[in-house]
Amino acid sequence: MKVLKIATAGSVDDGKSTLIGRLLYDTKSLTDDKLEAIERSSKQKGYDYLDFSLATDGLVAEREQGITIDVAHIYFSTATKSYIIADTPGHVEYTRNMVTGASTSQAAVILIDARHGVIEQTYRHFFINNLLRIKDVIVAVNKMDLVDFSEERYNEIKADFQKLVEKSDYEDQHITFIPVSALKGDNVVEKGSEMDWYRGQTLLAHLEELDTEDIYNKGKARFPVQYVIRPKTDEYHDFRGYAGKVYGGEIKVGDDVIILPSETKSKIKEIYFYDKKYESAARRSSVTVTLEDDVNVSRGDMIVKEDELPKSDKRFTATITWMDNKNLQSGSKYILQHGVNKVLAKVATIHNKINPDYSGIETNVDSLKMNDIASISFQLNKPIFFDAFKEHRTNGSFILIDPQSNNTVGVGFIE
Amino acid sequence: MTEKLHINQLENEGIYIMREVAAQFKKPVLLFSGGKDSITLVRLAQKAFYPAKIPFPLMHIDTGHNFPETIEFRDRLVEELGLELIVRNVQDSIDQGKVKEETGRYSSRNMLQTTTLLDAIEEFKFDACIGGARRDEEKARAKERIFSVRDDFGQWDEKNQRPELFDMLNGEIDFGQNVRVFPISNWTELDVWTYIENEDLEIPSIYFSHPRKTFVRDGLIWSASEHVYRDEEEEVEERMVRFRTVGDMSCTAAVSSYAQTISEVVAEIRDSSISERGARIDDKRSEAAMEERKQQGYF
Repeated sequence: MKVLKIATAGSVDDGKSTLIGRLLYDTKSLTDDKLEAIERSSKQKGYDYLDFSLATDGLVAEREQGITIDVAHIYFSTATKSYIIADTPGHVEYTRNMVTGASTSQAAVILIDARHGVIEQTYRHFFINNLLRIKDVIVAVNKMDLVDFSEERYNEIKADFQKLVEKSDYEDQHITFIPVSALKGDNVVEKGSEMDWYRGQTLLAHLEELDTEDIYNKGKARFPVQYVIRPKTDEYHDFRGYAGKVYGGEIKVGDDVIILPSETKSKIKEIYFYDKKYESAARRSSVTVTLEDDVNVSRGDMIVKEDELPKSDKRFTATITWMDNKNLQSGSKYILQHGVNKVLAKVATIHNKINPDYSGIETNVDSLKMNDIASISFQLNKPIFFDAFKEHRTNGSFILIDPQSNNTVGVGFIE
Repeated sequence: MTEKLHINQLENEGIYIMREVAAQFKKPVLLFSGGKDSITLVRLAQKAFYPAKIPFPLMHIDTGHNFPETIEFRDRLVEELGLELIVRNVQDSIDQGKVKEETGRYSSRNMLQTTTLLDAIEEFKFDACIGGARRDEEKARAKERIFSVRDDFGQWDEKNQRPELFDMLNGEIDFGQNVRVFPISNWTELDVWTYIENEDLEIPSIYFSHPRKTFVRDGLIWSASEHVYRDEEEEVEERMVRFRTVGDMSCTAAVSSYAQTISEVVAEIRDSSISERGARIDDKRSEAAMEERKQQGYF
């Protein structure tokens, strides 16, 4: 069984919750008690349909305002896959929560209300999915029932969206258009009878076929050391294991490695997963390795293969999404967390602000407010070992932490 | 070591989170109820630090209304694995006058746990509390981060949560704050059972079918016990039941079941049309029952 994490973006008005509800309902993933709760609340509100947003909008404030504020995680499974839906807000003021939900997703569903077509919000959703290099994007043109299931209207919206795609620089991206009616169920799980002109797959059928292996881009192996294990027991008196998660590619016993930042050379001696030893560790496995040589390794160090060195620098440029009420200022200092490594970072230059509606860039910017996206150069107190985000999702991203508030105030994608 | 299967992916993520806790905090603790979710946490922690011991203690907030089977199991597990266990009792909070015992038909000590928990966090200066909550359990929990910051009063500011990106976990906090950590956030009930089956983990006997003296109220099956309020007309009968969650006796209802092995339990859950927390009366108090409790510092 494979797992697929999908981010949905849109507002309640686009029928996002109805779409998710429809997926759950038609895959028989809603238990009787949850369904009853939805029926009860829908009736209380005087609706003559089932309001599925009551199942996904888990906070009181969300239900009161009829909007999604924060990411909800919804789980369902079919015979072939386990699905996690990161249900993210569509409103501009909650862009940071949308980025949060999308950052761990393998595919994204962008919802468009067939009556309104491509709107500013659609631009932003698409932009953020591109920024995060989400490879599979499904454009669900919803509420087809309200435009008489018109093929012409669907094609119009498709053409408008294609104009956006032309502005994108992400060539490997795979975009699929599906006309749906979440309310009536057409093309969500079942095909329905109203849109015979549509020859493609239903939303679920498309998701079922997506290759889940593809997302965490295969590439160079990176092993950031999370924790040093020293049991100091009689049996393991001299044991010194380096615990961490493998990213990018696999590592094997006998690999010639270099430990950064010391640039010491060694060889992988053993790979443990719990009490068993393995010959290799696949990407995204949490293992403990030992080295042939007695070298000094601590948390934040990175073990890489000798012939696959990452860049190592105290200066770099990255695209930032700012996520805090307090503005980012040119010259400000932050804690930069790159994987499990923390360094101090100073904003050296704000090059430009990027408009997420694809209308271009603004130069001469000296501060960023919440939800702004910009290209920034940083100066660090110590070098980090990184790859470009386009080549390495994990080793090319970082977060910024405000040392005063301790909040996560920004996310960066290294250029 | 591969990570192809869904459950392996979840396990690798859980181990990663355990290690982040040990690395980022000075005084973590694992909140242990003796239930299947906290048993899963213990296994993840064992795996995360092998061959070293788990570098933090377990803590149980004992309502005094637990199933005796759970307590026996808890003590045996701790003994066998050589773990450190801290127990703090809700009864003590009641005796100290900090909380008042609820009375009446739906009385439960579930809510009272919060005070005992917050006091214990302060007593030991814990800065990270690892818990077995899962996002699939309940809609307010579906909103929870993996590292969830609580203020000095243990409160959850649900509208202003820290963004959590990729798998980078920000454990920076001020003195007095603490972080609730949920390593099995992305697991479903079925995932937990599958894991328990794969790992051959021992669990308390009340998870399996057994005869028990029970009565029926509001369509749910309750244990007949001195800890559970019962009207005279509520008739006690022996039924074959098991429990899907191990909470306080006063808020955990049983389900009719003949499942005696883990694979039978798994089969039963697959076919079940009632959610896990459908048998938890503490969630039924209102639409926002969980969110309100979380804001106050409930785990």
